[in-house]
Amino acid sequence: MNAYVFTFCGTLCHALPSGALYLPDQNLLCVSDLHLGKSDRIARRSGVMLPPYEVIATLDKLAEDLAATDARQVICLGDSFDDLAAADSLDEAMRLRLTSLQAGRDWIWVEGNHDPGPVDLGGSHLAQVQIGPLTFRHIATQAQAEISGHYHPKFRLAGRSRPAFVLDRDRMILPAYGAYTGGLDCTQPVIRQHFGPTAHAILTGRKAIVVPLP
Amino acid sequence: MPDTNRSATRLPAIFNDWFTRRGWSVHPHQHDMLEHAQDPALLLIAPTGGGKTLAGFLPSLVELAEGAHQGLHTLYVSPLKALAADIKRNLRTPVDEMDLPIRIEDRTGDTSYTQKRRQRADPPHILLTTPESLALLISYEDAPRMFAGLQRVIVDEIHALAESKRGDQLMLALSRLQTLAPGLRRVGLSATVDDPPAIARMLARAPDTCPILLADPGPDPDIAMLQTDAPPPWAGGGAAYAIPAVLDAVKVHKTTLIFHNTRAQAEIFFHNLWLANSDDLPIGIHHGSLAREQRERVEAAMVAGQLRAIVCTGSLDLGIDWGDVDLVIQIGAPKNVKRLVQRIGRANHRYNAPSKALLVPANRFEVVECVAALEAVKAHDLDGDPKGPGPRDVLCQHILIAACAGPFHADDLFTEVRSVGAYAGLTRVDFDACLDFCATGGYALRAYDRWKRLLQNADGTWQLRDPRAALRIRMNIGTIQDTDTLKVRMKGNFKPLGEVEEAFAATLTQGDTFLIGGQIVRYDGLREMTVEVTRDASKTPKIATFMGTKFANSTQLSQRILRMFAQTDWPGLPAHTAAWLGLQREVSKLPEADRILVESFPHDGRQHICVYGFAGRNAMQTLGMLLTQRMEELDLHPLGFVATDYATLIWGLDAVTDPAPLFRAPDLRAGFETWLSGNAVMKRTFRGAATIAGLIERNLPQARKSGRQATFSSDILYDTLAKYDPDHLMLQITREEALRGLVDFGRIEEMLTRTAGRVDHVVLDRVTPLAMPMFLEQGRIALSGAGRERLMEDQAAALMAKVGLR
Repeated sequence: MNAYVFTFCGTLCHALPSGALYLPDQNLLCVSDLHLGKSDRIARRSGVMLPPYEVIATLDKLAEDLAATDARQVICLGDSFDDLAAADSLDEAMRLRLTSLQAGRDWIWVEGNHDPGPVDLGGSHLAQVQIGPLTFRHIATQAQAEISGHYHPKFRLAGRSRPAFVLDRDRMILPAYGAYTGGLDCTQPVIRQHFGPTAHAILTGRKAIVVPLP
Repeated sequence: MPDTNRSATRLPAIFNDWFTRRGWSVHPHQHDMLEHAQDPALLLIAPTGGGKTLAGFLPSLVELAEGAHQGLHTLYVSPLKALAADIKRNLRTPVDEMDLPIRIEDRTGDTSYTQKRRQRADPPHILLTTPESLALLISYEDAPRMFAGLQRVIVDEIHALAESKRGDQLMLALSRLQTLAPGLRRVGLSATVDDPPAIARMLARAPDTCPILLADPGPDPDIAMLQTDAPPPWAGGGAAYAIPAVLDAVKVHKTTLIFHNTRAQAEIFFHNLWLANSDDLPIGIHHGSLAREQRERVEAAMVAGQLRAIVCTGSLDLGIDWGDVDLVIQIGAPKNVKRLVQRIGRANHRYNAPSKALLVPANRFEVVECVAALEAVKAHDLDGDPKGPGPRDVLCQHILIAACAGPFHADDLFTEVRSVGAYAGLTRVDFDACLDFCATGGYALRAYDRWKRLLQNADGTWQLRDPRAALRIRMNIGTIQDTDTLKVRMKGNFKPLGEVEEAFAATLTQGDTFLIGGQIVRYDGLREMTVEVTRDASKTPKIATFMGTKFANSTQLSQRILRMFAQTDWPGLPAHTAAWLGLQREVSKLPEADRILVESFPHDGRQHICVYGFAGRNAMQTLGMLLTQRMEELDLHPLGFVATDYATLIWGLDAVTDPAPLFRAPDLRAGFETWLSGNAVMKRTFRGAATIAGLIERNLPQARKSGRQATFSSDILYDTLAKYDPDHLMLQITREEALRGLVDFGRIEEMLTRTAGRVDHVVLDRVTPLAMPMFLEQGRIALSGAGRERLMEDQAAALMAKVGLR
């Protein structure tokens, strides 16, 4: 696989080129900022009707990662839905698709700023999750051994900007996994300030590529 | 000779007196326009300076002179805001001097909010506007009241509008006006064009015919290539070498217009001109990226006769009356003979005097192009491409505009749209698909039952689900594809200097300097989406890469150039250029019409191949796509390419040892289909079409300020649609447009037939004379294949090594 393998706070990690984080010892897959139902929310609010395919595109990608890793535990790290109404209006086919992905897996929805309440879908709904030394929550705090999302970090290399993991010794921010997500360059202060001088970015794409963060 | 007696029978005495007082006589075509004043559609073709605009307005002025007409009588539409303002000024003279009871106002994006509101409630007799402002006007609920008494619409510079979607949008708007004011008469004013009947078909209500009046074209222009002591450089677009000679020419003329093909070139040239301007001649600069105040100051100075020269771009291309221009200088090859002839027409507005123009090639390839263009002008050989059917993205926008104005019946709108020449062949199925797209998104997956954009009422009419959506639709009206720009202003000064592209601003770091409005400024920082700068006169500037206008290629010029290449020597060319072609022939070969020439050489750490196909820019661009795809399959790691009218330059990590297999027609044809769905040009085309059709919104400043994470690239939408809904209307439009405008696969086929597998491969150890100008071409396309991946990995590894890791 084209993953980047490293150790974070004593835990073996695979940064997958798709933007998912896989912990082999825990057999756990973590994805952040799926923003399912984004097209629905935009249509409702502005009348602009984007191609309503971000749910299937995102779930197709997730299904591939789950098939490749056979993870038994899944953490969706917040902003899994573009808002709670969008979660409610998921159509039947997509609900079935999600249910089939959830079957046989321990599935956790971590709450995000876009989806702060429980959703009417399988799995448990939590504000944050503790796995061994690691804390999973949506928005980064000052805590150690913390894995979060929210900022949609990207990094520019050789003229191309790609969604990227950003990490240092103490914390890691995951890229947005959803099909309809933009991003923010991780050298911007709002992201960079969370990290010490020796931070790294891991670019997604065909192959995960690690670079030092300036 | 003007027949004053005949005019007298038509013209009221007050007009005849005015003409006499001015010492003018009525031109024959002005008289003809009066004769045909009642025709439902009428096209006048006249050279610039032939009193064309007055000819268009005379019937209106005569009809309005009695003072009986209430409300809007004549709508004047021009492609440029500046033109509307200029015409207002010029019309005022006869109206004021004859003391006619006529109110004239203009309405453009620059008109104030209060003024615009007042105009809707109490319109003037003559309103001067642009296609976009007109589209906005017909989107208001009160449009029927405003336009009810409209008698005439004058479309100025209609030849310029005919080339773009702005023309399609305008003609759709006129179809609406025709319904609101059934007696509406249409008048088109055009410069000299290759195909007048095509313009006439565009103007008239289909299937009506439209008489064409031809004014005396006047004498042939006096046009030559500028003679300089210094030869033009091998490559480059600045024409700095010609500055002394250009200044000399300015000195011996009253007023000179100095045209450039791109804004960046205009800025650099203007800067250099000032450095050399030891006599302090008053010289100004005018281009579309400058702030309005700045443009207006230059326009006013120009009209007042205070400027000796004006450095400008296409923003001055059209028939603005700049007074006493007696010389036009074209810097850089004109690329298109028709446009050149129109530009030359800007000089010398005395009707029967020849226009005077000088061509200044910026480099040696352009010397060849300029000589070819001169020959074409002499032969009255104008180039032009036939236009395809009306674009459906513009139709989608028109449907949304109609919905903004109020509920409509699909049948009525369909009939109206079919009265537009370009849409006369539109099928009901295609129309309904556009309507469905506007209403529901038109997706194979019926997702938006609850959040439709348009709803159908019980009486069958269509209307907006949420009337508030009209505001967003109005904000996105227009078909001009502007790249996202940022305002530039001096620190502590509110007034903007101009605009630069967001992509350019992103490359700036604190302390960088660039040129804008002829000043060198230093980049201090980005504040609330405004580039803050301070004045800096000490350094040489980093160049402002404004968007360069890519002129339509002309194969006809390419053919002339190939014929010139075949000559054994070049007595018609300056010695330096002849020597350059001689050198190319010596170190490599000169391209031939019946063979493809491929040169391979390393440069700047990359392997390059330069393919000379002379199939025109669009086809050469497509060829670049296809060849790089083939190279990708052959693991040659291409990184990018750039195309011009005559060649494609490809760079990559590995050398091409045998190019002939790259040109195998069946492979290219097979590659074409797969390629079409996944390439950068398609994505750019998609972005344009989707913005026009209202699928994505323009990056409005207020939208950009908030939530960066919320915006995502239109490429994502393209990829998603291509995967999950490949037959969607937007992809159909994108494909159709790419095939017609950008792709030109037909001309690749023509090139393959013409050359029949004869590929000459020349391997060299450095750049050839003919390939050199390619390195300065704008519009390089970067590929994201395996080569890019390898490059990213290499760079990442180098960065890791630098910090002592791995």
